[in-house]
This record gives sequence, structure tokens and C-alpha cells, in this order.
Amino acid sequence: MLQSLWENRIPVAAVVLFAVGFTTLLLHRNLFKKIIGLNIMDTAAYLFLTSLGYISGRKPPIITDGVTDASAYVNPLPAGLVLTGIVVSVSVTALMLALTVRLYERYHTLDLDKIYLMAKDEEEEKK
Amino acid sequence: MKKQTKPKLSERLRAWDAGSFDLTASIDPDPPVPTVEHDVRQEDLPPLVSLSERETRGFRRLYPVLAAALSAVLVAFLLSAVLALPPYGAADNPPHNEVMERYVSQGLDETGAVNTVAGVILDYRAFDTLGESHVLYTAATAVMILLLAAGGGREEPPSVRRIMEGDPILRGTARVQVPVILLFGVYVILNGHLGPGGGFAGGAILGGGLILYVIAFGFEPLERIVSGRVFRVGIASALCFYSAAKCYSFFCGANHLETIFRNGTPGAILSAGLILPLNVAVGLIVALTMYGFYSMFQRGRV
Amino acid sequence: MNGLDLFQLLLLAGIVVCGIAACQSKNLLVCLIIFMAYSVMMSVIWVLLQAPDLAITEAAVGAGISSILLFITLKKLRDIRKKVRHEETDETEAL
Repeated sequence: MLQSLWENRIPVAAVVLFAVGFTTLLLHRNLFKKIIGLNIMDTAAYLFLTSLGYISGRKPPIITDGVTDASAYVNPLPAGLVLTGIVVSVSVTALMLALTVRLYERYHTLDLDKIYLMAKDEEEEKK
Repeated sequence: MKKQTKPKLSERLRAWDAGSFDLTASIDPDPPVPTVEHDVRQEDLPPLVSLSERETRGFRRLYPVLAAALSAVLVAFLLSAVLALPPYGAADNPPHNEVMERYVSQGLDETGAVNTVAGVILDYRAFDTLGESHVLYTAATAVMILLLAAGGGREEPPSVRRIMEGDPILRGTARVQVPVILLFGVYVILNGHLGPGGGFAGGAILGGGLILYVIAFGFEPLERIVSGRVFRVGIASALCFYSAAKCYSFFCGANHLETIFRNGTPGAILSAGLILPLNVAVGLIVALTMYGFYSMFQRGRV
Repeated sequence: MNGLDLFQLLLLAGIVVCGIAACQSKNLLVCLIIFMAYSVMMSVIWVLLQAPDLAITEAAVGAGISSILLFITLKKLRDIRKKVRHEETDETEAL
């Protein structure tokens, strides 16, 4: 088992990073930390996908010297998928940061629990 | 109002914990003014107590334990899945199937792109990339809505102006670096079909160069080139061009018609059919969106 | 195990350590700078995984643009906080 984990060390690192990001997302109350945790989860997923496309001993999928044999290059598909994913993740980050700025403007704290309690109080006052 | 006695340990611990929420401590260039800051922080403290009491009720006390347990279970599942993976880096793993073989062996003939990844994302799977550009556009719109409602267009806060005045080191470095960064961004975009890079990377580099310029010299000089109007029109027309070009190419391809975009000689800069113009369009979208994100966060408008 | 494998192992250890440190650090600015280091190491790992397109995009987007956005958010939050404190002190002075 340890041998297998050692050979698959990049997926293992991706799993560990995913867990770190997930734990941050669950346990930290700070919104800013949550965003960084989500970014770490993103990159972990991308790392896992890219590692699936890797074939040892081959070159990156850029045709050189007219060699178009598929057995000379690594898989270009995961790279294409992850490329779009990276840019989507930065738009998600920007959106979350804008929401954070709005929440901070209204409640003057980044603590999600406090924001939740304050919002609850506000709703009760309205009733 | 000055506090003479030393704070108790529990208070200091609480302040340390609250420190992870305190932003002024982290990036304040001025040394904090102790008297005023301290008094205000004392005003901030009382609600903390009642809130923390409310926080420890019922499910909230159990929550960290449950969260940690959930994470542990998740890691166990994922690691057992990793154990079941085929050997790492082997050539006959399931992802390396006939699709990959087709993309690599026929890609040069069919798309004309030397860089197979560019051929995949901008030719075989161009619809994917179109949707992704729309995600960027939607995110920029959403950020604009959120931050404009936050009181955009008002006078810039003093700290912005202070940075704009810029120190000589920043200005000198920016004067040397910005042209190089912009040139490199254009190079990366235009070489997307020949080597690593393309619209996403090059657009991000261009956006980064614009942001560095703005940090060093302020928004006013750039306003003449990238105004709000240019931002809106640029992104919208790039998206429309992308959609129209791809519709044309799909229409012609499905009906076996010749398109006006030739593949050309692989390796030449003007080759690979639609990939070069699409790369330019994507690069424009990404660069403008990145600059727009910065501008909206910095001053609430583009 | 050759040199590149060792380098890759070091980078993997580096990203795991950076990921944990970024989540654990108290100061948000420190956390952010560790996150930038994490992104840069990730882009080098992608070069080793033979995906140069990803490496160049991650270096530009992950380490560049996202970090700038996070920085600028921190600054904006600080401005808001300063403004609020300013208003609060004005009120206390008026009383």
C-alpha cells in the first residue's frame, strides 16, 4: 500500500491539498481564509487532473520536427481542460472578493458567524 | 480614557484571536496611533463576549468536531481511490485513449496549430472556450454590479492617492518593466498556436502589465486608452467576434464548405486558421477583465 | 530516483507545507504571500508534468492576478475600517 501511495505521490499530494482546503473552508470563520482555502482546493483538483494526463518519458504536446506520432507526446486533453478551469477560478475568486467587500461594508467584520448572527438579529428587528 | 494597567492574559488571547480578523495591523504603512486606536478597539470588544456566548450553543459547539471528522472521512475515501488508480505515468492508462491519439496525430493537419493544446481548446473544443469567456464576462458584470452598488464613482479614498503619487523606485521600475511586460504579453498571445501560451496566459500578462502601470502612475494617463467605454465595447465586440467566427466555421465545416480561413504552413505566424484571431479575441477579453477587476476593486468603477 | 524526481518531491512537499501554512497563519497579509509562493511552486510542478501552457497561465493568473485581487481587497477592507473608525471617533468627540 505504501509503495502504491509512493508511486502515486502527485495524486496523494493533490488529495492532501484538497483536504487542507476543505478543512479551511469548514473550520475557519474568516471569509478571507475561506476564499484562500477554496483556491487551494481548486489548484488541488487541477493538479490531480494534470497528473492523469502525464506519461513518463514523453514531451509536452507541441509538435516538434514534424513528428505527429501520438506516442511521442503527453496527453493534451487534461491540459486544455485545466487551462479553462484556471481562468474560471480567478473569476470566481473575484466574485467572492466583491461579495466579501460588500459584507464587510455592511457588518464591519469578516467573521462569518458574527455576520450570520447580525443578519439574524436584523431580520428579527424587521418583524 | 488611557488604559494604564496591563491587559489580562485572557483578554490578550482574545485580542490575538481577533487579530486574524484585524486588517489594519497587516498592511497599515503608518505606525498606529495608540490612543485613538485602542479606545475604538475597546468599543469593539463588548459585543464579542455576547456573540461568543451565543456561538457556543448547541450545534455550534459540536460543529468543529463534526467538520474535522467529515474531512478525515473524505481524505480516507480519496486516498483509497488513489490506491485504486492505474500506475502513474504509464502509457496505456485509460485517459490516453483514441481521442488523445486523434488530437495529437491529426491535429497538425486539421487545425494547423503546432501547439496541440491550443488546437484542442480553440478548434476542437472552441465552444467550451466560448462559454468560458462568457463566464469571465459574467463575473466582470457581477463584480461591477456589486461594487458599483457599494458606492462607486465617489471620490477616491486618500490612501489610493497616496499610492498614486508613487515612490521613485516603483515609478522607475515600472517605466522599465511595463513595456517589456506588455510586449511579452502580445508575444504570448500571438504565439499561442506555435508554443506554450495563448489568449488566457497572454491576456493575464497584459492585464498584469496594465495594473502595474496604474499602480505606478495612476489611472489618469491610462484613461485616455482604456476608458470605461473601451472596456465595455472591447469585451462585447471580442465576444461577438468569437461567436460569429465560430458559428461561421462550424456552419462551413458541417456543410463541407471551404472557409476563408486557411490553415497555412504549420509553424508560420499567420497559420492555423481561426486560432490566431480567436486567441487575440480571448486575450483581449482576459486582459480587459483583469484590468477591470482591479479598477473596480480599487476605485469602484472602470 | 534521479534529480528531477527529487526536485519534484521537494516541490510537492513545498506546496503541501505552503498550503497548510497559508491556512494557519494569523496575519492575512502573511497568508496571502504564502499563497503566492504556493502558486509559483505549483506552476513549476506543471512544467515538470510537461504542461507548459498550464505553467505559464498559472504563473500569470494564480500568482499574479489572483494575488493582486486579494491584495487590493485587503486594502479596500482596511480603507472601509479606517473610515468607520474615523466616523466613530468623530461621534465620540461630538458627545
